[in-house]
Amino acid sequence: MREMKRDLVIIGGGPAGLSAAAAARQVGCEDILLIERDRILGGILNQCIHDGFGLHRFGEALTGPEYAQRYIDKVNDAGIETLLGTIVLSMDHERKLTVSSRKGYTRIHAGAVVLAMGCRERTAGAISLPGTRPSGIYTAGAAQNFINLQNIMVGRRAVILGSGDIGLIMARRMTLEGAKVEAVFEILPYASGLPRNIQQCLNDYDIPLHLGTSVIEVHGKDRLSGVTVAEINHFQPVPGTERFVPCDTLLLSVGLIPENELSAGASVKMASGTSGAFVDDTFMTSIPGVFSCGNVLHVHDLVDHVSDEAALAGEFACRYLDGGIYRTDTPIAIEPKTGVRYVLPQQVSGKSDFTLSLRVTEPSRDRAVWVRDGDRKVARKKLVRLHPAEMIRIKVKKEKLETAGKLEVSVQ
Amino acid sequence: MAKAYDALIIGAGVVGNAIARELSRYRLNVGVLEKELDVGMGTSSRNSGVLHSGIHYKPGTMRAKLNVQGNELMKGLCRDLKVKIQYIGKLTVAQDQVDIETLEALKAQGETNGVPGLEIIDVEKMQQIQPGVGGIRALHSPTTGIICPYGLTIALADNARENGVNFHLSSEVTGILKTENGFQVKTAEGGFFETKVLINAAGLYSDAICRMLGLTEYAIYPCRGEYLILDKRLNGSLSVLIYPAPRKGGAGLGIHLTNTVDGNILIGPSNEYVDTADDYACTADIIDQLKKEGQELLPAISTSDFIRGFSGLRPKQTPPSVKGFKEFVIEARKDIPGFINLVGIESPGLTCSPAIALMVRDMVGEKISLEEKGNFVTERNGFPGSFHDLPEEEKADLVARDPDYGEIVCRCEQITKREILDAIENPLGSRTIAGIKYRSRAMMGRCQGGFCMPRIVQILEKDFGYRPEDYRLYSPDSYLFTGHVR
Repeated sequence: MREMKRDLVIIGGGPAGLSAAAAARQVGCEDILLIERDRILGGILNQCIHDGFGLHRFGEALTGPEYAQRYIDKVNDAGIETLLGTIVLSMDHERKLTVSSRKGYTRIHAGAVVLAMGCRERTAGAISLPGTRPSGIYTAGAAQNFINLQNIMVGRRAVILGSGDIGLIMARRMTLEGAKVEAVFEILPYASGLPRNIQQCLNDYDIPLHLGTSVIEVHGKDRLSGVTVAEINHFQPVPGTERFVPCDTLLLSVGLIPENELSAGASVKMASGTSGAFVDDTFMTSIPGVFSCGNVLHVHDLVDHVSDEAALAGEFACRYLDGGIYRTDTPIAIEPKTGVRYVLPQQVSGKSDFTLSLRVTEPSRDRAVWVRDGDRKVARKKLVRLHPAEMIRIKVKKEKLETAGKLEVSVQ
Repeated sequence: MAKAYDALIIGAGVVGNAIARELSRYRLNVGVLEKELDVGMGTSSRNSGVLHSGIHYKPGTMRAKLNVQGNELMKGLCRDLKVKIQYIGKLTVAQDQVDIETLEALKAQGETNGVPGLEIIDVEKMQQIQPGVGGIRALHSPTTGIICPYGLTIALADNARENGVNFHLSSEVTGILKTENGFQVKTAEGGFFETKVLINAAGLYSDAICRMLGLTEYAIYPCRGEYLILDKRLNGSLSVLIYPAPRKGGAGLGIHLTNTVDGNILIGPSNEYVDTADDYACTADIIDQLKKEGQELLPAISTSDFIRGFSGLRPKQTPPSVKGFKEFVIEARKDIPGFINLVGIESPGLTCSPAIALMVRDMVGEKISLEEKGNFVTERNGFPGSFHDLPEEEKADLVARDPDYGEIVCRCEQITKREILDAIENPLGSRTIAGIKYRSRAMMGRCQGGFCMPRIVQILEKDFGYRPEDYRLYSPDSYLFTGHVR
């Protein structure tokens, strides 16, 4: 088996990996290897042909491929080495990777690693959808791949289960390509996608969104013939509200799961709220020299934030290689409290400013997110509208942390 | 023009295919008729994948004899056909004194049946075998194992095909005529066959085949068992199969955990009679029950560990009012010379299949003389397990020789492009997505094909000229796509 040694290895050539690579080069890291399993860079952005990417980062609405291309150009212009069509099979806690491609197996010894593998979609099996197992049931992202990249139409009459952003985008795409979208059904009392997508993808096309309603049974022996939907209360169907909706296609947009099987193989400590790695404010995981960013760390709603976060992770990885990151003996833990589903990072050194990312548990208005050390206010952000679909970010100053033991984050 | 055979088998499940493979050793013209687009689409693929030891059946019954014999035969068969099998053993666990008496009776019964190595063990030994297991005593049966059920069914067919057996897929038998020297058989698709010996291995539809010959005394009552499949994350949680001691009034062997040869764990099966022999639905109530009972048996199971559910149907001969087991029917009908009839081959049919094949061969031998071929191919090409299970150095060598081994298409199960291509170009010519899944394991992992199915679709388009309308999940009407977008 071939052996290879690189200072910084970045796993994943989607928006996170690209941004991490470009940022690491910018701060002086010379020896970078970016590994991508697909034959082209860009990751999932390649199939996101709608616009709306880059509003925060570039102040303009780009399509997914356009947004990706800006970073691909940066990576290529900087002469960063890439391995395409290459998959990382395993990684151990000493940052030794085994990769496979058509050229063969290679063992790579990495000085530092940035994990940027992204996420996968939750499936019909994962939500234990009752009923038969006909054809015509796709995750929204798979359908997006078929339609946008392969010019293949998945069906003519669709129901969409789950109001995640990809499901909303696909409701519009199916409609634009001539299919009839019957409705979007969401089990929760509120939508899980961004408000702008509800407006632009559903309302603008008269596609109904039924909240607190879910598919309770799938029908059809060969091809999907329809679904039974019902109102849901405490995760149980409400008797008498069942109705049959004929359709030949069911698209699922019921959640994204960070793809952390590689991380688990290296025994990277995981966090419960995010299904991603447990990280500090340098995005370093429990394994020294292993960093995590983007959707493999926590699922983002905006790619702009992925790019920002990954750039920081890339810079910190570079600084780690230069010996500039020390773990403190007395880290400050950060914990989600009332109204907060998760916070990230899960611990900080307290020696530098950092940005907290968090998601709330339920929608509300005119509240503030508080960061407290015991009774002492460390940071506060007032918001008119708080929604689980929208990640909230709060800057925290190091001056506020000098005596801190533990930070608690809550909505009030 | 009728296609003429010496022996024609109806049904390409594990039993039909085992018979086909056995008969392919001889100078015979053998055909198999299968109504589905692929082999093993019924009960053979939809079960626990357990190789039973033979302790549960009354001494002297066909079931007891075939089970013990089949268990023994399976070792060599799986080695030759490169089918995954592991003799991991089973603990039947007693919770009280009454259970212990049951275990002693089971042990005595098993020993009479010829099951080797049976031992009643105490708590200390139980904990050595499976740390954390409950109960006060257990019957350990070391010859109980696990096997890949669809892998075996496909391997038997592939090997039979290589040895000259013709498989007619999409051939649903609709009429049978007894002639002077044999039978004429018609299919819904317009096929017409003549044969000297006709073998009914139609499983869930074996009663329907009987009726075509005027035999009305058989009835099949499909009894559904639902399962949930768990993520490989939990691989290693179970080193042995664990069943409760059977109790009076209990149906089947009860809901339990079964590890699979690929590292998943199954929860199930349930036990519920259904009206039709193709009702493979999974139901909300049973899904909830399986989750609850599974988590009781293995507390480490989290909600994200359920990756898929499926169900299978037992071809029972006993109606809901009777329940229980009825002896297999494996008979050479004297009133219909040349008709070999197999009805009600439910559990442990998978384990029994190689032994049933020998029994049927002898029945065929009484009708037509069996002369061995000189060139019978015993072994099937391939790896003993899968590419993924090979040592790293060996894998590296293979990639160097064939770059398609270096390209991982299914990342959850780490299935390579070569394995996908081999699955597409299978000897039987089956081209469904389910067929590619069963043969390669692609799309069987935690993302359920979300990532790799688009890539497999691309391979079929680029390398095999598929148009969007050509893709099928498993049946003629299970189309995947409606056409090009534009």
